[in-house]
Amino acid sequence: MRSKFTGTLLGGLAAGLMLSASFVGAAMAQDVTLSFLVDNTDASTVTVAQALADAFMEKNPDIAIELETRPGGGEGDNIVKTRLATGEMADVFLYNAGSLFQAINPQQNLMPLTAEPFEANVIDTFQKTVTAGGEVFGVPFATAMGGGVMYNKKIYADLGLSVPKTWDEFMANNEKIKAAGKVAVIQSFADTWTSQLFVLGDFYNVVTAEPDFAEKYTGNQAKYATDPAAIKGFERQEAVFKAGYLNEDFAAAKFDDAIRMLATGEGAHYPMLSFAAGSVVSNYPENQADVGFFALPGDDATKNGLTAWMPSSLYIPKTTEHADQAKAFLAFVASTEGCDVQTKAVGVTGPYLIKDCTLPADVPAVVADLLPYFQRDGGTAPALEFLSPIKGPALEQITVEVGSGIRSAADGAALYDEDVKKQAQQLGLAGW
Amino acid sequence: MSEATVAAPRAKRRANSAYPSWFYLPAALVYAALFLFPTVASLFFSLTRWTLFDATFIGFDNFAQFFREPFLVKGLINTLIYAVMTSGLKVVLGFLLAVLLTSQIMARGYLRSVLFFPVLVSTVGVGITFTVMMHPTTGVINETLGLFGIKGPGWLTDPNLALFSVALVDVWKGVGLATVIYIAGIVSIPQEYYEASLIDGASAWDNFWNITLPLAKPATVTVIILSLIGGLRSFDLIWAMTKGGPGFTSDVIASVIYKQYQAGFYGLSTAGNVVLFIMVAIIIIPLSGFLNRQGDGQ
Repeated sequence: MRSKFTGTLLGGLAAGLMLSASFVGAAMAQDVTLSFLVDNTDASTVTVAQALADAFMEKNPDIAIELETRPGGGEGDNIVKTRLATGEMADVFLYNAGSLFQAINPQQNLMPLTAEPFEANVIDTFQKTVTAGGEVFGVPFATAMGGGVMYNKKIYADLGLSVPKTWDEFMANNEKIKAAGKVAVIQSFADTWTSQLFVLGDFYNVVTAEPDFAEKYTGNQAKYATDPAAIKGFERQEAVFKAGYLNEDFAAAKFDDAIRMLATGEGAHYPMLSFAAGSVVSNYPENQADVGFFALPGDDATKNGLTAWMPSSLYIPKTTEHADQAKAFLAFVASTEGCDVQTKAVGVTGPYLIKDCTLPADVPAVVADLLPYFQRDGGTAPALEFLSPIKGPALEQITVEVGSGIRSAADGAALYDEDVKKQAQQLGLAGW
Repeated sequence: MSEATVAAPRAKRRANSAYPSWFYLPAALVYAALFLFPTVASLFFSLTRWTLFDATFIGFDNFAQFFREPFLVKGLINTLIYAVMTSGLKVVLGFLLAVLLTSQIMARGYLRSVLFFPVLVSTVGVGITFTVMMHPTTGVINETLGLFGIKGPGWLTDPNLALFSVALVDVWKGVGLATVIYIAGIVSIPQEYYEASLIDGASAWDNFWNITLPLAKPATVTVIILSLIGGLRSFDLIWAMTKGGPGFTSDVIASVIYKQYQAGFYGLSTAGNVVLFIMVAIIIIPLSGFLNRQGDGQ
């Protein structure tokens, strides 16, 4: 309520002051302040958002953008849903694509952008993840990511290891790293969301074994507990714990602790999304060349590939009073100019999903390891949450339990299936 | 209309009640808008699948779902353990501390205030502070134990221990209030009883067991009821310290409800609130009746 009020107040004041200065088409002529809601899970998100807003304001002096931040994770979901339901959403907001996007009832709450010319710049793969009922609702913010294992290249060089292409090779590497007195696998369960990568990052391997898994899963025909390919993620997480490869304080460590251990060489592997490269670059710049990345390995070395994450998206709620200005901002973000602003702000974190955007030659080591997967045909598969609207909300607690030996892999998978069922029913999907 | 006919009913009403009806109206409106309506609405929404945007009536499915889920049942059991444990410890410790602090010891006023200070501190602040202190490798508790060659456990990360660690912090924070209630109860016991027992040659133990303890019963009833209700609906401390973790091992019913709400299962979480309400009522109403009857009998 307050933001809307100040928005109107500022808009009105500015309109009065600038009346003579602005004659650019009657309705758009007055000065407008757009509110822009982003999450603060990762510091670089706010940096990028601010950089985009600043660059846009420079080009459009009659539009001001005010950044507003919210927490991430479940608490953030809650804020977004509540603000949408009460009609208090900011003029532009950042939120996940894929299954979480489906859960905010886009057709009812968001402004369709299908006919906007800037949507033509957005790569199809991304558009699919922000489409509901045949309408496109968003433009990508930041770059695509990979879900896999970040590793310390120094430890690999010292021990003469090579990047594993199969799970067995990965476990063999872990054994050697442990024998050398280092932490083989870093986990940070105090930030529960970090626990999900063994399951979610394994999806490339699931989908190569069963290409139609996503449809069957959405249609209530494939289950994690009974599908031989899908349950492997849970089993592997359990195996890593049972072999004693984890850091001693895995249950109390946080994301930042894990990045420290990885960058400084206390630990060798950290299953994570590649966006964490940003934290390495900003917190441990002297170590950034030591941290690399590989996809979570499966059974077959010839079918090695990456589970890819789509970035979050910018949306405009139907309740906005400044639709034209908000669209102008989205058009700017979905342009090569927008990509360049982002690259300038935080460096390259992965490939952009805007057509014709280019990357500089000099990229961080993690990104250099990541890009070949995207350049190879069939080198990536989107994560399940971008193919199916259903993602169970309790997965992070379940993977914490499986990953710390509290619950068996089979039990965890079955529990997750229950969680998925609940979500599917909540979404009102057919067949549940 | 004559004056007499208007005045008659007024006079009659005034005989039954101290105020005219309109006097109650503002309070009644506030009560209806802020308490009655939400209660009825939540009963309705607990029977629906609710997305905040629309609600589908699904009967008692939410309640069936609520009881079917393993971690929700776990949360229910944990709630009972937590409530009984914190309430029990507050009664025992609160009483013993009250006996100590009503005796003629040095700096009594200072000691009383120190004991009460944790009650005044923000729960979330306490939770965060203890989380840092209870860190398994770098926390001050385990580092101190380390000085004596003891390897301390993962207070909040060991699934068997997390709930009890939080409960102990809850007791530390809440025992001051229990003690204050007990102090009030103990000082109101007439000195004559102690004088009489002195003449009879009773020992200190006899005094404690036969005079202080039974005559402090009203205080005990208050402490039990307050701390049990507090324990049953406890949420802030657990959320600040473990968020119900590791995994689901320290989940209580309130944190489960909150997580359902976060996940967008609004109907389900409302059903959880109804269950919590019924559970608290089932435990507290008979207990309160029982304890008060006992209290009257004395």
